[in-house]
Parts: sequence; C-alpha cells; structure tokens
Amino acid sequence: MRRVYMDHSATTPVRAEVAEEMYKYIIDNFGNPTSLHSFGRQVRNAVEEARENVAASIGAKTNEIVFTSGGTESDNMAIHGVAHANKNKGNHIITSAVEHHAVINTVKALGKEGFTITIIPVDKHGVVDPDDVANAITEKTILVTIMHANNEVGTIQPIQEISKITREHGVIFHTDAVQSFGKIPVNVDDLGVDLLTISGHKIYAPKGIGALYIRKGTRWKQSLFHGGSQERLRRAGTENVAGIVALGKACRLATDDLESEARHISQLRDRLIEEVTSNISYVNITGHPTRRIPGHASFCFQYIEGESMLLSLDMKGIAASSGSACTSGSLEPSHVLLSMGIPHEVAHGSIRLTLGRDNTEEDIDYFMEVMQPIVERLRAMSPLDQETEFQMNSECEACKVSSSCRA
Amino acid sequence: MKQDIYLDNSATTKPSPEAVQAVVECMEEIYGNPSSVHRKGLEAARAVNRAREAVADQLKVDAKKVTFTSGGTESNNLAIKGAASSYSNRGKHIITTAIEHPAVRNVCRDLAEDGFEITYLTVDEMGIIQVSELAEALREDTILVSIMYVNNETGSVQPLDKIAGVIKRAKKDGKLPLWHVDAVQALGRLPVLPTKMGMDLVSFSGHKVHGPKGIGALYVGTGVSLRPQIVGGGQEGDLRSGTENVPGIAGFGAAVRGLVKGEGTAAEHMASLRKLLVEGVLNGITGCRLNGPPPGNIGAAPHIANISFNGVRGEVLVHWLENEGIYASTGSACSSRKQVEHSVLKSLGLSEGEAEGALRFSFSPENTVEEVKVVVRKLKEGVEELRSFAKMQ
Repeated sequence: MRRVYMDHSATTPVRAEVAEEMYKYIIDNFGNPTSLHSFGRQVRNAVEEARENVAASIGAKTNEIVFTSGGTESDNMAIHGVAHANKNKGNHIITSAVEHHAVINTVKALGKEGFTITIIPVDKHGVVDPDDVANAITEKTILVTIMHANNEVGTIQPIQEISKITREHGVIFHTDAVQSFGKIPVNVDDLGVDLLTISGHKIYAPKGIGALYIRKGTRWKQSLFHGGSQERLRRAGTENVAGIVALGKACRLATDDLESEARHISQLRDRLIEEVTSNISYVNITGHPTRRIPGHASFCFQYIEGESMLLSLDMKGIAASSGSACTSGSLEPSHVLLSMGIPHEVAHGSIRLTLGRDNTEEDIDYFMEVMQPIVERLRAMSPLDQETEFQMNSECEACKVSSSCRA
Repeated sequence: MKQDIYLDNSATTKPSPEAVQAVVECMEEIYGNPSSVHRKGLEAARAVNRAREAVADQLKVDAKKVTFTSGGTESNNLAIKGAASSYSNRGKHIITTAIEHPAVRNVCRDLAEDGFEITYLTVDEMGIIQVSELAEALREDTILVSIMYVNNETGSVQPLDKIAGVIKRAKKDGKLPLWHVDAVQALGRLPVLPTKMGMDLVSFSGHKVHGPKGIGALYVGTGVSLRPQIVGGGQEGDLRSGTENVPGIAGFGAAVRGLVKGEGTAAEHMASLRKLLVEGVLNGITGCRLNGPPPGNIGAAPHIANISFNGVRGEVLVHWLENEGIYASTGSACSSRKQVEHSVLKSLGLSEGEAEGALRFSFSPENTVEEVKVVVRKLKEGVEELRSFAKMQ
C-alpha cells in the first residue's frame, strides 16, 4: 500500500543529514559537556556551534538561545519566567483564544496563582486584531503571548503590528513560533519579540529538543528547573547533546532551503485546496485564505465526523489529523475552530493536512483518489440529512463562517 | 596508540549498542507523534509503551507508575516541587540531606524562598546520614523527605531500609511524609524496587545507564498527587506535557533492558574494580584518603571511588591523566566548570586542601582489571610528578 504522510504539523521525520550528525554524538562523542576532560570539551564545542546555528537562523545573538526539551517546555519556561520575574510590576497577562495548549494551560495555571488573564478573540479566519491587544493593555500588563502561526489552521498572526504596541507600552512579548519557524522567515528583530519558542521535531530534527530565545535585557528568570549551572544558569540538567547538535543542523538546513521549500510546498498545498474545494461539496476551508503557512491545508467537511475520516484515510495509508495531535485523544471539538465561530457540529468534521518537503504531486493525486469515495461513503452513513437540513434552514451557521458553504 | 580508559561513568555513560539502535529506529522509521491517531502515531505510541514496560519491569512496578521526563534534573524538580505545591495545605516542612545533587539542593533552596522550611540532615565521615536524626526531624507538617540513594560524588549508599522503617512508622502515626529518592546513580548498580522499599517518588536518568541524554523518568507511587510543572497537551497522564521524546524514550528503554541482563554480575564486577583501585592507590601512594565507605562496606556503591591526593590540585591531575588517555573527574560534572564549592566533600569533614585534591573515578561494567592496573600505575606516576613540581615552586 502507498503510504503518504500529510501530518507535518504534528511531527516530521528526521532529515538524513540531521540524523547523521546526531548519531556521531550518541555513538562516539558521548561526553558530558560539563566535564573538564576532552570528552567534555569536544561536546561542549559542538553545543556552542549548534547554538550559533540556531541563533543565526532567527537573527539572534548566541547567548540569547537556551536549549530546552521542546516547544512545550520553552512555552512554559518563557511565560512562567516572565510572570515570576515581573510579579512586583504587575500581574496581568494577555494571550489569544487560539494558542497551543502549552501556552493556554500555562497561562491558566498562573491564573490560579493570582495573575489576571485577558484572552483576545480572533476573527473568522483565526486572526487577532492588534487593536484588541492595544485596548487590553493596562498598567498592570507584564506579558503578551501570542503565537506566530496557528497549529490547527495555519493562520499567521500580525506579530509585527502587535510588537509595535507592546514596545510602546513597555510590555514583554513572547511568541510561540513552533509552527512558523522553518516555513516562513522568522527573525526576532523584524518580528520585534522578546521571547520566541522553537521546537526541533517540527523542522526535521528529533523530538525532545527545542529552544527558547530570550532577548538580552528581558526581565525573565528560571522558575521551572533548578539544579546544575548548565545553559548559563538558565536551564539545569545535562544537555541533550545529540538533540542540540541535530537542532543546530536542522536550523541551518531550514534556513538554507526556506525559499525553495516554501515555494514547492505552497504550490502543492494550493493545488490540494483547489482540488478539494472544487471536487467535494460542503467543504469549508478553515483559517485565513492567504495569510497561512506553506503546507498547511485545513478543512471542515460537513456531515462527517473528523475521526471517521482520519481512520478511513489511515486505512488507505494516508496520515492526517483533526486539529492538533495533542488533543486528538479528546472528543471535544477544537477550541481554535470554536473561537473562530465555527459551530460545534461543523468543527467535528475538521481535518488538517500538513505537507512537508517529501510530499509530491502524486501524493495529492492519491489523496483525491482516496478521499472522494470516503466522503461519499461517510456522508451516506451520516444521520444528518443534508438536503433537508439546507432546505429547512436558510440561516445556516456554516454560511456565516465560510463562503464555500453552498447552502 | 593508547586506548582510552573512561572512568567518568557517573558524569555520563556511553550509550549501549542496543540503545543506539533503538534511537536510530525511532528517528528513521517510527517518527510519528504518539498522540496522532493514525498508524504512524500508533507505532510511536507503542514504542513509548514498550520502553515504559522495560523500565517498569526493572523496577518491578506497574508501567502506569513510570512517567518520562527530559532527565534526572527534571524528575527531581517534578517530584519535589510537584509534591510541595500539591501538599502545601498539609504542611510546609521538607527534610533532605546535606549531600544531595544540585537538582535536589537547589529546588529545596528555591522552595525555602517560597516559605517552605527545609531541614538538612548531616552525614558522617563516610557520607551516611544518621537515621535517628531523621526520626527526630520528622514533624506533623513534614510533607516530603528527599534522600538520595547513591551519592554522585562519593558513592555513599544511604541506609534505605532503615529510612523506610522510620517513614513507615511516621505514616502510621498519621503523618504525611512522602519519600522521594534520587536514584539516578543507583539504577543498574544496586536494586531499585520502589514498592518493596517503600518509596513514593524515585528519579532516574537515561544517560547514566547507557541510554541517551535528554531523557529520564520519575516513578510516582500509588496515591501520590503531583502538580505538573510543565503543562500543555496533557501527555504522560497529564503529569508532563510536551510531545514525547520517542527516540530518547526508546533508547532509554533499550538501555534499561540491557541492565536487566547484567544484573548482579555487573555490580560485582564493578565492586571488584573499585576495590582494586582503592587498595592499589591507598597502598601504593602516600598521602591519599578514600572519601566514602571502604570496599566491602555496606554503604559503598560498586561503581564510584572518590580519593583525595594530598598536595595535588584535582583539576591538574585530571588533565595530567587525560594526557595518558585516562578520564576521571573532580567532584560531579555539574559543578566541575563553575567555582567549585565541594559542598558534599566538606559535609564529610574534609578540609579545603583535601577537597581540592579529590578525584572521582566511576566505573561501567565495560571497564577491566587491566585498565584499573594501568590507572593505579599512572596515578602513582602523576601524583609523584605533580607533588615534586609543587615542591619546586
């Protein structure tokens, strides 16, 4: 059976060049970077070289990069660290309604500790209005955390506009760039952010490694990890050397290949969207029509349960997801889709197809070949009678959301 | 060319071929996200579960009680901070020892700033606590006792059965104390059986047992509630969010499976090497002192020997040995690059000079008698050379 992986926003395979680099640091150069002897020195140099690569890929200075165990830890560390370092200045944090759970749940936990939280809504495309951020800022605001690109619908937020506002008010700005980094240009100075999260396994590096950028001079303190003095006291624990080296390599490759890959992948994605929307009825695109990351196509198929669609696709060898991987175990519809105003029943039919560097035109052909009969079969089984429903209801909720609804 | 003799296995170990193979497999084949519902995701979830079972088998516990973390430091942080914030309504008193790893010591220091009261148990010249001191320190409001299994600098082994007895009695008296054990240095060298030994929380690290770096585990016993320290997608039973480090987890699992095979004999072998080294040095070189329990003592871990060489600076001797292809360390790797404070050695009663001249040799089952003989010979040569050099100055 043909196998097609269309779930690159959940995780990516490790690139061969990255893996090769990594193996050297598992097999032979296994030293502890803190050790004084040559085993230690050798890997310490490799860690610092990787740090330079990561820094260069986002336009940062080397000592502004801290290695972590992944995107989730980076988000926790960024938000906690700013909150606790600025407690006496204020207790107000601003975030958006469409953040990843690593941000939402960290902010929620702080809410229980006495911080007050404002959640900025999004429009039907999942975009935050910078004016809303400006209006939410008070004297007590210490942090704004808004993601760069959304993991479920791929919408890119107006980070530059938001950072202009946070700068004016002297408020620290963190962005989760896990989904945008490696796909569109991410430069900390252009974006104007103070902290930025990246994850290895979304950019063809392994799982278990990530980084946090902390702009020099940002009031932040380590409040999650205590222990040895690794990462210049910013993150205790023996460094995941192999992971770090791999991340460094992956960052360099991502930067080198950014334009060509974005072109290749966007083109495939555009074709995928075009074919799906013109060949299958009752489908809405979710997310912004143009301000979206390359490779990201997400839809709501009406009258179908997303989960059944995924399983049917999986049986045909196609890996896709509904919403984000982290929540795929839960039956609740995605908070992202709901906050975009998509009704519950429509949100249940969501599917996310995220393309990567290895996908081909043939993959798209195969997807279409497989998907059409699946949709027909599942709709025939659906308890919802679409025709009557549409005749009966001239105020179709879905129409408010997407012009592609044909009711 | 000289063959490297690596005696710094308490800093980190060389990953086993099985661990490397498991990592490679997960990088190249099993690359899915374990939370994904499709086949690629299921494959990854299965790899994670297989590793969880391997760790659980080694500990003789239910696999559900094993939570993967990014390493020993995170495990210690999660255990102590997680318990402290979860049980703070029952009390704010924590008992630990003067010789814990910084990942325990500094967490306790941070909690002290947050209003927790910390009692530090002292140790004798062997680096062992007095169990009576623990019994006296326990109070109504003691919520946690954190005592390490094997000290990372001296190899001292704490009297865990007696500690378990004291804690069990306290629990019978209606006191809370949960018992956390940092077993990072013990796994694979001494039996770690949390349920049988009465432990509530136990920390482990992958790279100390021939697994990869960046992976660790925490055993969480029945009825123990921890507040998660890293929140997000709710992985690891909501105790530790973040996409699972599948290659790291699989590598750790494979490494632990390797420990099972070598159980008993590996420890005996390392203990015999330790004995050979200690006796060779103490009998062959003047002005040396073993820091920690002597060979054969019940409080001696099989794999760590810490020796002070009078009149020699440890760091200089490390570099001298390195030129001979021998790798050892001063104190723990975690502190070897900053201003060394030698807090553990000083707790054993060492003077500044003795602490300065201390070297740690830590074995793996791969080390040989021949290697140790070479090390003893080279040490004699090096110490004499450095001492005569110091006299000249």
